[in-house]
Amino acid sequence: MSNSLHNRPNEPLRQENWSMVLRPKRSLFEVNLRELWQYRDLISLFVRRDFVSKYKQTILGPIWFIIQPLLTTLMFTVVFGNIAGIPTDGIPKILFYMAGIVGWNYFSTCLNDTSQTFIKNASIFGKVYFPRLAMPISIVISNLVSFVIQFLFLLVFLAYFMIKGIHVSPGIEVLLLPLLVLIIAGLGLGFGIIISSLTTKYRDLVHLVTFGVTLWMYATPVIYPLSQIPEKYKLLVLANPMTPVIETFKTALLGTGSVNYLQLLYSVGFTVVLLAVGILIFNKVEKTFMDTV
Amino acid sequence: MSDEVIRFENVSKQYRLGVVGTGTLSHDLNRFFAKIRGKEDPTKKVGVVNTLNSREGDYVWALQNISFSLNDGEVLGVVGKNGAGKSTLLKLLSRVTAPTSGEIKVKGRIASLLEVGTGFHPELTGKENIYLNGAILGMTKKEISSKFDEIVEFSGVSKYVDTPVKRYSSGMYVRLAFAVAAHLEPEILIVDEVLAVGDAEFQKKAIGKMQSVSKSGRTVLFVSHNLTAVEQLCTRGILLQNGMLKMEGPIHDITSAYKKASVNENELRRSGTRHAEFTEYQMVDTNRKVIDEVFLGDTFMIETRFKARENIDYADLSLDIRNDSNEFIGHITNADDLFEIKSMDKGEEKKVSIKIKDISFAPGTYYISVWLGNKYGTFDYIENCIRFSIKQGDAFIQRPYPFDKRAKTVLKSEWMFD
Repeated sequence: MSNSLHNRPNEPLRQENWSMVLRPKRSLFEVNLRELWQYRDLISLFVRRDFVSKYKQTILGPIWFIIQPLLTTLMFTVVFGNIAGIPTDGIPKILFYMAGIVGWNYFSTCLNDTSQTFIKNASIFGKVYFPRLAMPISIVISNLVSFVIQFLFLLVFLAYFMIKGIHVSPGIEVLLLPLLVLIIAGLGLGFGIIISSLTTKYRDLVHLVTFGVTLWMYATPVIYPLSQIPEKYKLLVLANPMTPVIETFKTALLGTGSVNYLQLLYSVGFTVVLLAVGILIFNKVEKTFMDTV
Repeated sequence: MSDEVIRFENVSKQYRLGVVGTGTLSHDLNRFFAKIRGKEDPTKKVGVVNTLNSREGDYVWALQNISFSLNDGEVLGVVGKNGAGKSTLLKLLSRVTAPTSGEIKVKGRIASLLEVGTGFHPELTGKENIYLNGAILGMTKKEISSKFDEIVEFSGVSKYVDTPVKRYSSGMYVRLAFAVAAHLEPEILIVDEVLAVGDAEFQKKAIGKMQSVSKSGRTVLFVSHNLTAVEQLCTRGILLQNGMLKMEGPIHDITSAYKKASVNENELRRSGTRHAEFTEYQMVDTNRKVIDEVFLGDTFMIETRFKARENIDYADLSLDIRNDSNEFIGHITNADDLFEIKSMDKGEEKKVSIKIKDISFAPGTYYISVWLGNKYGTFDYIENCIRFSIKQGDAFIQRPYPFDKRAKTVLKSEWMFD
């Protein structure tokens, strides 16, 4: 046992193998993804928790996953389709809106839920350490589960209309679907963790998020086809990285619209940069956010 | 056994007081400007003592320059008053937050039990929560599965394991939570206050478990206000005071120092540079027996002992005497008797006794403050550290009824006819 603790700095430095050194600030690019991988069980348990706890003590259970987009679709069909009369490129209105909503929903739930990572989990984060990124990642995955359920439901509708002989023809772009889902998840996660990092100290952004996401939807071809955009707004809509994703999503399933691979590439690039920036910011904030949250 | 597994090197942690969000932007800008000009962060001045009731400054140092190390297999007790920095220390170690300066080095996997039941979800069943909680604490699914039966048995809630925990009694909840945490197998375990929960029987079980954990060669850091538990579990300890490391050593020395400190220093206000400081002060009678009560007209002594922490040229010692309305009644200093306390070397200790003759303050309760210093400043000033009372008696004044409370002193008088 050593008693000369305070004289330590004078000792000659010997080779030491500490497994962890906690410092005030870590370098910007010190992201520990391997550690995240070690906690994969935790992520899967969080996903399970989210899924199970959401529909405990409900009679309809997981059916609620479907009811929400279904009702939104009906509302959009009445309001935007029948009353406002926005054309849908010749696709049955229900199908057109539902495809848009299912795709957009995944993005908006990812963004909304992950944007509160630090605030909502402050009590857990204040007591135990685990890689904080596990939380938003698990949110994105559990939202993926509801997306898949909604997507299967959409396929049922699609099959129904195809049997009825209405002209919808899923194209070869179906192969792009996994990529589209990845982009949606990446964008939602990226924006979400950036917002959650920025809101630990200043809460102003919280008020903007839900509202902002709704507005954002109108700048994305969810309830209208890209072909209907007047020229002067086109740049705005095209700068939106979600535009090519939703448009391609619809094209793949319904066979109309257009796939512009250049724009899709733009979305991919945007997602990669956004995620990288998001993880860096998140990583910087996670160490001391408990002091300010 | 002598392998170092944790080392704190000059670790400090600063917190901001008050509501975050008012003025943070201006503070941030302030810091930023200081930074780009290459100056010291204006909010990070180490050296201000952290006490809970001082209200100066917007920032507080919860920990200041903490350095210590812990060897493999040791069980270290962290002892200190509320606000001494114990929990902050554990929070830093368990990576909940990062230090403001300094470094903490760790060898091995750490698991912390800062509060049991973290992440329990009320809607999930006991079983589901065991898995979830275990994973939050850093176990893999496989590890949890292999210990699942043991955990359930230890908790004693096996009957309810498929019931949502929101239906549990609070006792069952805590027992299940502790059972999960107790079956972690990290190299280093951090424990804070868990023994405050559960009934006596469960506490016994918990202490037993902790003991077997520490006997199995694991390193444990343990924080609790329960000194008995600390003494049972720990071999070594550190004493924190106002965010600083006050003492380090065998656990019994630490707990007794803590007990002593909490009796005296809870109420004591002490200030000064501590270039020299009092180590002892007491009131005794002329036979050097400790007393706290005298009669009017008695002679008694104040014994002091003080030690130089630095080399000092000379020192003066004085006593202030106040009554229980905090009115300044009497003052005594060494110069009164042409007594000199000459230069002291660092580490030197002196004993000085002051004889006070024929005390003639009105009967009541009095407090003596001791002061040590010289014309350049105060070394050590301990306010109201000796309490004593003066009884009227019948030796000094013989009136058969109580002395008038409004009067402050008693004058010795002789009466005669001329």
